[in-house]
Amino acid sequence: MRWMWIDTITAFEEGVRMHAVKNISLAEEHLHDHFDGSDGLDPFAVMPGSLIVEGMAQTSGILVGSVNRFREKVVLAKISKVELDADAVPGQCLRYEAEIERIDSAGASTRGIVRRLDHTEGEWREIGRIDLIFSHIDNNVGGREFPKENFVFSDNFRQILVAAGLDRLIDD
Amino acid sequence: MTVSSRDEIFDKIKEVLENALGADPEEVTMDATLIGDLGAESIDFLDISFKLEQEFSIKIEQGELFPENLMSDDSLVEDGKLTDKAMEILKERMPHVDFTKLDNGRSVDQLSEVFTVASLVDFVQRKTAS
Repeated sequence: MRWMWIDTITAFEEGVRMHAVKNISLAEEHLHDHFDGSDGLDPFAVMPGSLIVEGMAQTSGILVGSVNRFREKVVLAKISKVELDADAVPGQCLRYEAEIERIDSAGASTRGIVRRLDHTEGEWREIGRIDLIFSHIDNNVGGREFPKENFVFSDNFRQILVAAGLDRLIDD
Repeated sequence: MTVSSRDEIFDKIKEVLENALGADPEEVTMDATLIGDLGAESIDFLDISFKLEQEFSIKIEQGELFPENLMSDDSLVEDGKLTDKAMEILKERMPHVDFTKLDNGRSVDQLSEVFTVASLVDFVQRKTAS
């Protein structure tokens, strides 16, 4: 499953919120490549902040897409706010909690909280906040046209929805 | 709904623009243009609309605050200039905007210059008074 930065959907309230979990594994190569020691400092395996933003974008994007049964092409258009207070390292889990703040035919704004589970602590702790803006690109402000086929919600997204028992949301 | 003064509206809009555009407080003056001076791009207009709705508890329809899809309509733009019909539509739909800057030339490129902080203040003032 390339370029999927969430592992499973754990909560969903239609048109309101979606929670998704990402398990961070030592086997993921990108963790080692982020601070690989080439700058003379000790190598440090850590989840890159940019991919935490992508995880939130996928969670929020699926939530926004589900409102119109994935008929719209929902594209991340703007990162309004990112605050990350702590690192996430192998063995820990991240939970992306996304909520729709506002949605209309042109797009949507979402708010998100990132929580981290450290198994030694045993509780989910808030480590960040990520607010995003999505464009419904077929109805974009600039009036540009895009291909008819929905290239945003591919089979990978479908698989995650099916695994979460949410395939009823997919409009064939 | 309580009617806010222009100064109160301006202060709130200033905060919205600082958040939406990352603008410095001193840059956000009544005369500042959203695109030229404050660096707004097309998606920022959606962000600004959402934030104004929230800040002032108003509902903004698509195309009400900023014009949309002008370029794709041949009856509105000819050779990069706004047609009579376009000017008529813009003035009718957007009474909060001062279009006099466009009267000479009517170039579409100049359109960005009429969307100022003052036009947002006017928009909110009309909207909250109605």
